[in-house]
Amino acid sequence: MTTTPQAVRRASPRTRRKATPAVPDPSAGLLPQPEPVRLLDPDGTPLPPRDDYPEPPVETLREMYRRMVVGRRFDVQATALTKQGRLAVYPSARGQEACQIGGVLALRDTDWVFPTYRESMALTARGLDPVEVLTLLRGDWHCGYDPAATHTAPQCTPLATQCVHAAGLAYGESYQGRDTVALTFIGDGATSEGDFHEGINFAAVFKAPVVFLVQNNKYAISVPLSRQTAAPSLAYKGVGYGVPSEQVDGNDPVAVLAVLDRAVAHARAGKGPYLIEAHTYRMEPHTNADDQTRYRDADEVEAWRDRDPIARLEAYLRARGVLDDAAVAAVAEEAEEYAAALRRRMDSQPTVDPLSLFDHVYAEPTPQLLEQRELVRAELAAERDAEGDA
Amino acid sequence: MAATTMAKALNAALADAMLDDERVVVFGEDVGQLGGVFRITDGLQARFGDKRCFDTPLAEAGIVGFAVGMAMSGLRPVVELQFDAFAYPAFEQIASHVAKLRNRTRGALSVPIVIRVPYAGGIGGVEHHCDSSEAYYAHTPGLKVVTPATVDDAYSLLRAAIDDPDPVVFLEPKKLYFGSAEAELPARTAPIGTAVVRRPGTDATLVAYGPAVPVALAAAEAAREEGWDLEVVDVRSIVPFDDATVTASVRRTGRCVVIQEAQGFAGVGAEIAARVQERCFHALHAPVLRVSGLDIPYPAPMLEHTHLPSVDRVLDTVARLQWDDQPDAKWVTAA
Repeated sequence: MTTTPQAVRRASPRTRRKATPAVPDPSAGLLPQPEPVRLLDPDGTPLPPRDDYPEPPVETLREMYRRMVVGRRFDVQATALTKQGRLAVYPSARGQEACQIGGVLALRDTDWVFPTYRESMALTARGLDPVEVLTLLRGDWHCGYDPAATHTAPQCTPLATQCVHAAGLAYGESYQGRDTVALTFIGDGATSEGDFHEGINFAAVFKAPVVFLVQNNKYAISVPLSRQTAAPSLAYKGVGYGVPSEQVDGNDPVAVLAVLDRAVAHARAGKGPYLIEAHTYRMEPHTNADDQTRYRDADEVEAWRDRDPIARLEAYLRARGVLDDAAVAAVAEEAEEYAAALRRRMDSQPTVDPLSLFDHVYAEPTPQLLEQRELVRAELAAERDAEGDA
Repeated sequence: MAATTMAKALNAALADAMLDDERVVVFGEDVGQLGGVFRITDGLQARFGDKRCFDTPLAEAGIVGFAVGMAMSGLRPVVELQFDAFAYPAFEQIASHVAKLRNRTRGALSVPIVIRVPYAGGIGGVEHHCDSSEAYYAHTPGLKVVTPATVDDAYSLLRAAIDDPDPVVFLEPKKLYFGSAEAELPARTAPIGTAVVRRPGTDATLVAYGPAVPVALAAAEAAREEGWDLEVVDVRSIVPFDDATVTASVRRTGRCVVIQEAQGFAGVGAEIAARVQERCFHALHAPVLRVSGLDIPYPAPMLEHTHLPSVDRVLDTVARLQWDDQPDAKWVTAA
């Protein structure tokens, strides 16, 4: 068959059109879905199952329910302890139980958690001793638990600064051939801090297995989300760093865990970090010392009660027939016992040795610290003598 | 003994530490293929691979925070912050985490990292390249702060810093990087926490550290013509501070001038002067005096010689040490 030049000319433009592929979307796989992922309606009614976020096993969901109930009871008890003067301050996480529990349930014991001061509930759900967790807020030391033994960094108060630690730890672990994942909790306000951006960028550049779990609880103390960002969602911050991101209904425990499972698997598979924005709401003031009537209406808070994550999961599990009155009562009883034990243990003030102030500034105290230690020792001895004379 | 430079000694210390301990990793801006803007990490990436010596994003808080996390995983990071004044973005990480993590956790975690900072002036650098930032770090409990003034000490102190269980801010005087000196490496001259008498003398003690040490030595040499035999103490470890060596020297000589390149107000020299007068009051024949940079932002290159402590300024100050047993005229009426 011969081809005329005319035929070639005719064919050519068609071929070119066909050969020109659609420009690939460089953000594909990075941008979150336009609406937060949701697997349960607020009343617990299940939504159609989805391939991208399979529902976690029912046993895991029952365990999640148990830890959420105990976690909330812990949170209520801790708030009460501030009123009794046993805690200097307590930042409540009530309303955020799905994120608090999901964030630790998605991990292995060997994985690392990088919490903020609002994650006391998450840490107790991880199995840390509640008295050790509350050491920071009781004021007898800064971090009361052993981070190395629990794979849990000290609760971080300077906002977002833990994000770079999570990146470094996760990279260091993979550097040494371990498949550890690091999950860092962070709030909506802290996404404005530079260290959030440096942390997510370092994690992306070095493909560090980090999950950034942003609990968007709508307020940084009193400042609303609109003053933190003009982005359509905090999850859109990932694309600029080449990090896959997702947004999820943070009061839907099933969806939170499903999204976390995917993020953790992504990180553990060596694909680098993952950013999750969980839309939730802080039901209590910033801390017991805060007055939320100055910046939000009671109606707004009340409206969120209808989206309670515990009631939602309970309704779903009951409807599925895997949770009954007896099981609910048993969990409630366990929660009461947990709170009662905590009350008992927090009932006495701990004794703190002032001389321990010098023990851990350096591995070995400097000569100057030894001098100051001696000064304090002499002061204490003089006080004891004076008390003895009185 | 062979002639070498402080830059080469620091490079050798990094290489030897990386050879001795595979947990040692070196990272920062331009430290990989380029070998650092001052070439202190020259050849390390080629020799040890790009996992042990690597470039990072250009973000100093990120570099230091990343090092904190890596140290938590069991590594021994040595990071370079490219210039003194470019280290400031990392200050929160340094002050709130590097310095405090051991104490916060009652020793359960430690941060054995070394933060190397090309530091101070005297090289004609434009603004933000010549700050003397030692006081910020020295004022932060939990950090060790060292600065070498000799080639031997540069090697020895850097090895000691990398071996140290605590975080060390390692200040490298830029103007001393490329001066040549006879040295036999590897040298182990100085455990952290010890000062050294660099030049013995009987009439007065000049206390200096880092970039001010050569000035003090030159001043001591010039003072011989004035009939003064000056002792020079090189502090080299700002934290922990070696009170014993400084105090012993001043008690011998009875007079003391503290010299630092940094601006004077609330500086390390002020701390040293206070410590000396507390400990040596009865041995002193004159108030402890200070020679420092001026209390101004570091000046533009054409004016830096006015700012920096000079031999003349040191000698003028030594002249005020009440050699005739008369009060210092400057302070009789001034506020």
